Amino acid sequence: MALTGLEIYKQLPKKNCGECGTPTCLAFAMNLAAGKASLDSCPYVSDAAREALDAAAAPPIAKVVLGAGPQAIEMGDETELFRHDKRFYHETAIAIQVSDNLSSAELKDQVAAINELEFDRVGQHYTIQAIAIRHDAGDPLAFQTAVTAVAAATSLNLVLMAADAEVLKGVLPDVAARKPLLYSATAANYEAMTALAKEHNCPLAVYGNDLEELAGLVDKIVALGHKQLVLDPGARETSRAVADFTQIRRLAIKKRFRSFGYPIIALTTAGDPLAEILQAVNYVTKYASLVVLRTAAKEHLLPLLSWRQNLYTDPQVPIRVEEKLNEIGAVNENSPVYVTTNFSLTYYSVAGEIEGTRIPSYLLSVDTDGLSVLTAYADGKFEAEKIAALIKKIGLENKVKHRRIIIPGAVAVLKGKLEDLSGWEVLVGPREATGIVAYARNLAA
Amino acid sequence: MAVQILRDRSRAAVQKIVLGATREQGGTRSHTITVGGDAALPFYHFEGEVANRPVIAMEVQDIVPQWPDILQEPFNDVISEPGRWAQKCVAAYGADLIYLKLDGADPEGANHSVDQCVTTVKEVLQAVGVPLIIAGCGDVEKDHDVLEAVAEAASGENLLLGNAEQDNYKSLTAACMVHKHNIIARSPLDINICKQLNILINEMNLGLDHILIDPSIGGLGYGIEYAFSIMERIRLGALQGDKMLSMPVICTVGYEAWRAKEAVAPVSESPGWGKEVERGILWEAVTATALLQAGAHILLMRHPQAVAKVRENIDQLMVSNAY
Repeated sequence: MALTGLEIYKQLPKKNCGECGTPTCLAFAMNLAAGKASLDSCPYVSDAAREALDAAAAPPIAKVVLGAGPQAIEMGDETELFRHDKRFYHETAIAIQVSDNLSSAELKDQVAAINELEFDRVGQHYTIQAIAIRHDAGDPLAFQTAVTAVAAATSLNLVLMAADAEVLKGVLPDVAARKPLLYSATAANYEAMTALAKEHNCPLAVYGNDLEELAGLVDKIVALGHKQLVLDPGARETSRAVADFTQIRRLAIKKRFRSFGYPIIALTTAGDPLAEILQAVNYVTKYASLVVLRTAAKEHLLPLLSWRQNLYTDPQVPIRVEEKLNEIGAVNENSPVYVTTNFSLTYYSVAGEIEGTRIPSYLLSVDTDGLSVLTAYADGKFEAEKIAALIKKIGLENKVKHRRIIIPGAVAVLKGKLEDLSGWEVLVGPREATGIVAYARNLAA
Repeated sequence: MAVQILRDRSRAAVQKIVLGATREQGGTRSHTITVGGDAALPFYHFEGEVANRPVIAMEVQDIVPQWPDILQEPFNDVISEPGRWAQKCVAAYGADLIYLKLDGADPEGANHSVDQCVTTVKEVLQAVGVPLIIAGCGDVEKDHDVLEAVAEAASGENLLLGNAEQDNYKSLTAACMVHKHNIIARSPLDINICKQLNILINEMNLGLDHILIDPSIGGLGYGIEYAFSIMERIRLGALQGDKMLSMPVICTVGYEAWRAKEAVAPVSESPGWGKEVERGILWEAVTATALLQAGAHILLMRHPQAVAKVRENIDQLMVSNAY
């Protein structure tokens, strides 16, 4: 919600001196609003006006960085309430929690398992982003030992969870260079926590018992000079958390409420891991930038990370796969050849069904700029000329003995021309990918 | 600075639809189920009434389906008897409704006769007291005959029948009007066709409070985000007063989720994905949970444990979060 030219004009000195290179202050304001000028070129603007204008130009939700080096991730810097309005930008970071109550052997095993949480599906690579170490033990030294051990055993980012600033103070000299998130500043400890976060230049989570307390604490911490903040409104019941997160996001974006202009951290509470994942799905969907989980089982994380990836895809840019002859199963010179587009959803639906036929097959993904079959056809991007040229280019005749290709049923109309151009027999497959198994069975029979 | 809670007041609410009919109402159901009526975005109790909780219909088929083992296992003892299968879903797994999918009618498959289909419907109606959702096999001509016969045989039961599609809605709409049922209007992931179909059905004089939207979801990992955004836009449209987008939304969660390789691939085949049982259950439950946040009213689901977890999640989301 940037300021309009007129709103900016009200803040300017209205001298019309022309020293900025624009004849009038109003014209200058219009240029500022359009992003075509910088306030620095006005020699007479007051400090108060500059601050007001800078604040208005700042993003509604600050970008906060967790970690350092190649592992560092950006949180926040979102501009939308609904992904269909533009897109969501920074995928929710996922952290897995470990306790300093664990024996060093248990901790080692857990961290090793957490380090393994990387997934490949439909050509995408999913990872988690952090390990959160929680101070549960009675002895502050236990925290120091645990943090040192975890830091040495993982390259993931760190979240340090302790209520006592003194406990964090003990470990920070060792790990501050990794820019861990300090969790958390509360009404009771915010001065000491803020001092620590400032000293080590680390992001700081702010915990309020409700939205009101949270806003008040944020203001106090900002006044102390720290702005790398992450918000926790204290809600632990799913419904309350969804409401609070929504208010934080709405107020930041629609009202430019500065106290809430930071990313959100969510902590799950459900004891059962399946219920915990569903709780996390709600939080990923409703605006959390960081979710701290307890379960570290692969079968639990894959569905959650898949949803995160889906939600954060750009609705305007279709995800595509490479144009090439793909092998599904142990192909040979008699394997059938299917043709489809390079829209990833289409490609993987077709590939999945072909796999279901249990007949090793080739699948040719034609570059249609990531459009699905019918859309690509309507747009002239899935045509006989293109497919015929590609068959030649990849040397399909050297891969298989037969001279038959199978095209999607929805573009049966391509058959005649494609046969003329390529010299290959063109079979019309089913309209929907789901029909491929039955189709292949008939074909083989 | 004090926090001013931001409440977006809506001009209209989602249609309320009643499914099923008790004896007094001319049917044989033990109770009715009401969906819709929301005057806010999903679960935003703080700015409008969330009148009715979303409900779960469990899927029952009239043939032994080709389901993966982990999905079939809970139903092994009843899977060849639709009535007992439905009973188990209600009694053991707490299904709010039964979704009877008449895939056996498929001429390319078991090719059950119209009479057989009607018998199955009657068997399920006898077996359970909850309202029924009945969908055809997808073959246009066969569905035409089957659904018309079902509508007539179950006249007065206030069923939910599907699917009506853009180029094939007239006979089902007529059957729903004559025999007083509700209709599923299914559009292919396209909000314009969705709206157009609702208009066409409504123009035949079936009331808006008898139409449900099936936006054709994608499952988790396979285009769910398209459905998510279309459903968010449908809800926003309904709240802004667009009558032709104001119907409750029904989602084919189980069907889409269990098609995914990620739901069924054994750990021996895909060791990087973890153990298959809970992965499959979560694939279905996460699909449902994500779509609930976009405004789903009826979830068509399969696995008992996914149903249980999603119900728990609905319980938690139905707790008021008013300020």
